Amino acid sequence: MEHLLQVRDLEVQFSTYAGVVQAVRGINFDVSSGEVVALVGESGCGKSVTAQSIMRLIPSPPGKISGGSIMFNNEDILKKTERQMRKIRGNTIGMIFQDPMTFLNPVLTIATQVTENLVLHKGMSESQAKKRAVNLFELVGIPEPEARLKQYPHQFSGGMRQRVMIAMALACEPKLLIADEPTTALDVTIQAQIMELLKEIKQRLNTAIILITHDLGVVAGIADRVLVMYAGQIVESGTIDEIMKSPSHPYTWGLLKSIPRLDMDRSKKLTPIWGQPPDLLQQFTGCPFAPRCDYAMGICTQKIPPDFGQTKVRCWLRHPQAPAVRLKREVL
Amino acid sequence: MSEQQNTTPLLKVDALKKYFSQKGSAAVKAEDSSTMTAGLDESSVGSRAGAGRGTVKAVDGISFTIESGKTLGLVGESGCGKTTVGRTVIGLYRPTAGSVIYKGTDLTKAAGELRLRNRRQMQMIFQDPYASLNPRMTVGDIVGEPIDIHHLAGSKNERTEKIRDLLDLVGLNPEHINRYPHEFSGGQRQRIGIARSLAVEPELIVCDEPVSAVDVSIQAQIVNMLERLQDELGLTYMIIAHDLSMIKYISDYVAVMYLGKIVELVTSENLYKNPQHPYTKALLSAVPIADPVVERRRKRILLEGDVPSPMAPPPGCRFHTRCDRALPVCREKEPPVTDLGGGQWVACHNL
Repeated sequence: MEHLLQVRDLEVQFSTYAGVVQAVRGINFDVSSGEVVALVGESGCGKSVTAQSIMRLIPSPPGKISGGSIMFNNEDILKKTERQMRKIRGNTIGMIFQDPMTFLNPVLTIATQVTENLVLHKGMSESQAKKRAVNLFELVGIPEPEARLKQYPHQFSGGMRQRVMIAMALACEPKLLIADEPTTALDVTIQAQIMELLKEIKQRLNTAIILITHDLGVVAGIADRVLVMYAGQIVESGTIDEIMKSPSHPYTWGLLKSIPRLDMDRSKKLTPIWGQPPDLLQQFTGCPFAPRCDYAMGICTQKIPPDFGQTKVRCWLRHPQAPAVRLKREVL
Repeated sequence: MSEQQNTTPLLKVDALKKYFSQKGSAAVKAEDSSTMTAGLDESSVGSRAGAGRGTVKAVDGISFTIESGKTLGLVGESGCGKTTVGRTVIGLYRPTAGSVIYKGTDLTKAAGELRLRNRRQMQMIFQDPYASLNPRMTVGDIVGEPIDIHHLAGSKNERTEKIRDLLDLVGLNPEHINRYPHEFSGGQRQRIGIARSLAVEPELIVCDEPVSAVDVSIQAQIVNMLERLQDELGLTYMIIAHDLSMIKYISDYVAVMYLGKIVELVTSENLYKNPQHPYTKALLSAVPIADPVVERRRKRILLEGDVPSPMAPPPGCRFHTRCDRALPVCREKEPPVTDLGGGQWVACHNL
């Protein structure tokens, strides 16, 4: 099957006063229609930069996509002109951001902001666009859509603003929806509502979704596949069950062991990942996780591990000659 | 919830209220506070008449106790008043009504020297490690300031020694005493804030969202450190957070708040096993669990709509507008607090 999105050897760097930050270091992944792919990792691991690269939203300078390709619908996004990109953004690729307050313009009515996309990309008239906006608000569950469209962002609660943003992203029925921490700013009860909404949209419109989050719980409820990122690389990828039930990379183990689970026994202890994420200014000679890894071997600090196995794990422990180390059962 | 144990609790909060007038910080005067004596129910019924228009009833009559060496978790959605409770307990806000009794002394009536002395025994850890540290002060001065205020060091050398010990205690390098906050990561800054709160050797620490601003892998480091400090120094914690899994993990007791009221107080074991209030149940069911198999099996109780405005809370039970089990009585009468035994109290008509 053809993939909707194919990212190959993507590299992104930022020039800063301290040197060149290698934010994304050669990553590969595919997304198919109707599939939810989660990008998981700590802040600074490059997950948001990856999403912004797909939208070509990396500010340049200081940022630069320094290598690789991003094929969307069999066309390389990185070769598009700015004018061509404007036809893609908000049209065939929609994006939801973390903070719905900074995303919405406080001095324009909601109607102006929601219909802008439709008039621009779909050539609708104002009145057609308004009608469509009413439909969209019904789709995302905003009550009294006609009245709400006349209001301003400050009259909406956080959860409702997030729904407005989702309505805007879905306005042109995008093939791909990028959701960058869509629920991080929201309460759990509202988070549950928004995640249910995203699931429903995926089923109804067959939209592919890239979900960026640091919350493994959110991932478990919606994702089909998970990509675990660390220091600009994808260190492990697999289906949701593979990643959560039989993870292979010590970093993934660390992530799973360091968060308390609601259904966890109270006597269980959290195991933190020691130390700090690495400085991305440096070039790595070995595995970037090695200094924090409990299982690091000699080779880990000397040679960058390749992808091993079917589920693609970047860890020397998966080498046939490596000692057998498994995550202890009781932590899962 | 007052007669919890026969031992005297370290902290006893009784019918605490904190109203904000719409325009600013000035608290609205409550009517006769002597009518508010016992549990949460009676106290709040009498108060409604006194509150004027444009009054945010951030905390509206809550009572709880914390025993020495224990951890109470305060959890709820944003805007439920949990941070206001913390700030009122510590004395950053003057309560509108009610009392905060710390070791038998009512802190709301304490003034001057007594107030300062009591303050020394209660400290706070703030949510945002970026906003809560002065960028123009060195780590040494940040941690040293409380030592100066309370005259805890006899000489300059003793002061420096104290600061170095504190940095070491929270896992920071004592050599970094002359560095500025921007030279540290989020997790390290949170440690600086913790070192500052420990500088005056407090007994009670109010932690307001202590880990929500730090990265997932660092959260466990901070949580484990808070637990270690509790064991080593015999600290008592009141932890305010919206993350139920974290609260359940770290607390002995959990108080669930909704619109300025505690709806359920429960041991953290029973929080997940045997929740009774419909709001607690809904909140628990909304928390995602990092397990795809569990997630597929789970049935969610989705709450409709948003939290009503605390300026005009619904009459009767405040949760009735979003409750799937609401009875006619819920719209009219404030639910009484029922003691279910085993340290569980619930304010609901429909048990």
